[in-house]
Amino acid sequence: MVDISVDLGFLKLKNPVIAASGTFGYGIEFSPFIDLNQIGGFVVKGLYLSPKQGNPPPRLAETACGLMNSIGLQGIGVERFSKEVLPQLKGLRSALIINICGDTNEEYARIAEYLDKHEEISAYELNISCPNVKKEGLCPAQDPDDTYEIVKLVKKSCSTPVITKLSPNVTDISEIALSAEEGGSDAVSLVNTFLAMGIDPETRKPRLGNFFGGLSGPAIKPIALRMVYQAASAVQIPVIGIGGIASGRDAIEFIIAGAKAVQVGTANFTDPDSTLRIIDEITAFCKEKKIKRLQDLSGAVDLNP
Amino acid sequence: MLKNQRAVIAGKKSWGNDYFLFSLEAPVISRKSKPGQFLMVKITDNPYPLLRRPFSIHARNKHNIEIFFQNTGVGTSMLSQKQRGDKIEILGPLGNGFHIGERSESKKASLIGGGRGAAPLYFLACELVKKNINVTVFYGGKSSEDLPIASKFKKENIRTLCSTEDGSSGFKGLVTDLLETELKTDTPSLIYACGPEGMLKSLSKISKKHQIPAELSLESIMGCGFGACWGCVKKIKKGNTAEWHKVCEDGPVFSAGDIIWD
Ligand SMILES: Cc1cc2nc3c(=O)[nH]c(=O)nc-3n(C[C@H](O)[C@H](O)[C@H](O)COP(=O)(O)OP(=O)(O)OC[C@H]3O[C@@H](n4cnc5c(N)ncnc54)[C@H](O)[C@@H]3O)c2cc1C
Ligand SMILES: Cc1cc2nc3c(=O)[nH]c(=O)nc-3n(C[C@H](O)[C@H](O)[C@H](O)COP(=O)(O)O)c2cc1C
Ligand code: FES
Repeated sequence: MVDISVDLGFLKLKNPVIAASGTFGYGIEFSPFIDLNQIGGFVVKGLYLSPKQGNPPPRLAETACGLMNSIGLQGIGVERFSKEVLPQLKGLRSALIINICGDTNEEYARIAEYLDKHEEISAYELNISCPNVKKEGLCPAQDPDDTYEIVKLVKKSCSTPVITKLSPNVTDISEIALSAEEGGSDAVSLVNTFLAMGIDPETRKPRLGNFFGGLSGPAIKPIALRMVYQAASAVQIPVIGIGGIASGRDAIEFIIAGAKAVQVGTANFTDPDSTLRIIDEITAFCKEKKIKRLQDLSGAVDLNP
Repeated sequence: MLKNQRAVIAGKKSWGNDYFLFSLEAPVISRKSKPGQFLMVKITDNPYPLLRRPFSIHARNKHNIEIFFQNTGVGTSMLSQKQRGDKIEILGPLGNGFHIGERSESKKASLIGGGRGAAPLYFLACELVKKNINVTVFYGGKSSEDLPIASKFKKENIRTLCSTEDGSSGFKGLVTDLLETELKTDTPSLIYACGPEGMLKSLSKISKKHQIPAELSLESIMGCGFGACWGCVKKIKKGNTAEWHKVCEDGPVFSAGDIIWD
């Protein structure tokens, strides 16, 4: 038997595969394709305090092995979410993680407070890294002080564990990861999408309604992997690796680089059952390599010449 | 219930290098599907092109469903190279279809298809005929080569009027102009349409002017096809408020009067 369970300290997962925010709806959308109980966990779509309109279309543009999106976090707001969606997610045997967004630091804290009584929520993921809501793709995760302040404020206002989701659109990812750790974050997850753009040469118009968008998918995997390695080398708290993961071997790369768990995003669109396939492939890899505990691989990159 | 399955291409037909028809063995999806619904088709197991492509359900029989598509880019070009006997992964049936026979007065329907937009109208026409509804198909394209499935409608004894922009076949001009001339003598109780955005916009105006309700099937770039990504939205009026609604889940068919064109 291979043990692929994960202990993040504040949260135990039966396997390292978590579905990433914004690519898994509210989870329910995937129940025709997979048994939600079999994945390690899932992060619901980004949630604001109030309902949000989102950006004008086109919101998606495809590029070689990648997807650009400028959804802009359209959503139902925290009140409707807790009344209409949360009851449907009760009793699941996988970790339920809520992706929190805000226009101000206080807004993050208020959502964290509002949902704190719900025991079915395993953790919050602070989305301080969405490139699609402010002008020029700016977000708090690009500044170490802003990151520290938000995390600190949220930690003060709730008892639910906090994962801070980091942006790849920075020069020094270690610095930001350390700020999140100092602020009291229980873990960091990275990366969110890379700020990108596309132009239609025929019309000279931007391919996305919001002009800039976030790039995800296999195209970003090597850069995401490098950043996960750097962050994991810098902090003591667990790191959750994200970026272009589409197979068990992709997931294993992130784990060897230092991640304890991984998130699968864009692959959910291509194959709605990709999380389950990736779990099977991880188990098969461990069997083949005679690895008894997946966690032994975490950070086990061999740097010897 | 949605199904994601591998389906064998049981039959393939092509018209030059532009239009293709696949017959797919998918009995469960076939049984459940309604006109106007669509499939998300996986083009390749490799990461390029990354996303599945949406295609309307063109026809169905007991075991098979058909898709009819135009080669317009990377994905459709790769798909067109698949052969009989190959397997492709399909997800469906997706979306809400056209409303059929819900109004007792809708005994006469006009179906307007522009180019590849005629794809879902064949399935629709067949179902309408079964309900004893009088169907006329208006089928428009750039040139005579863009009307490959006109004969399919005619074979079912469905009145089919064609138009081409270059006049190489049928009425010379836009399919909406052909419809307008027809409306002078004959008024349907309902319009169903699928095609390019410009055509659908004109139809919205025609529907308003002549007070004929119209159901339009919209296209949008789709990430998932089943409501998870919020990538496919269009502005739709519900009651007094206009919001971004998902084409894949709330559509692709909408009432003309509810669509807010930009
Ligand atoms: C609900 C629905 C039903 C459809 N049914 C049919 C059908 O029955 N027959 C048919 O020929 N075509 C149909 N289309 C259009 C078809 O999906 C596009 O032509 C196809 O996705 C183009 O892919 P490509 O890789 O060849 O083109 P590319 O231009 O290389 O595609 C790049 C990206 O843009 C998207 N895209 C490009 N054009 C369109 C478009 N017009 N609509 C939506 N996405 C687009 C692609 O999906 C892809 O993500 C339908 C679209 C929708 C939304
Ligand atoms: C359509 C779309 C919507 C997304 N929405 C969110 C979101 O609401 N909150 C968030 O933190 N990340 C969001 N993301 C980022 C993903 O969770 C993930 O970090 C990113 O896509 C990289 O992983 P991938 O390459 O596996 O997709 C979104 C990504 C996509 C493609
Ligand atoms: S295509 Fe993903 S929500 Fe419509």
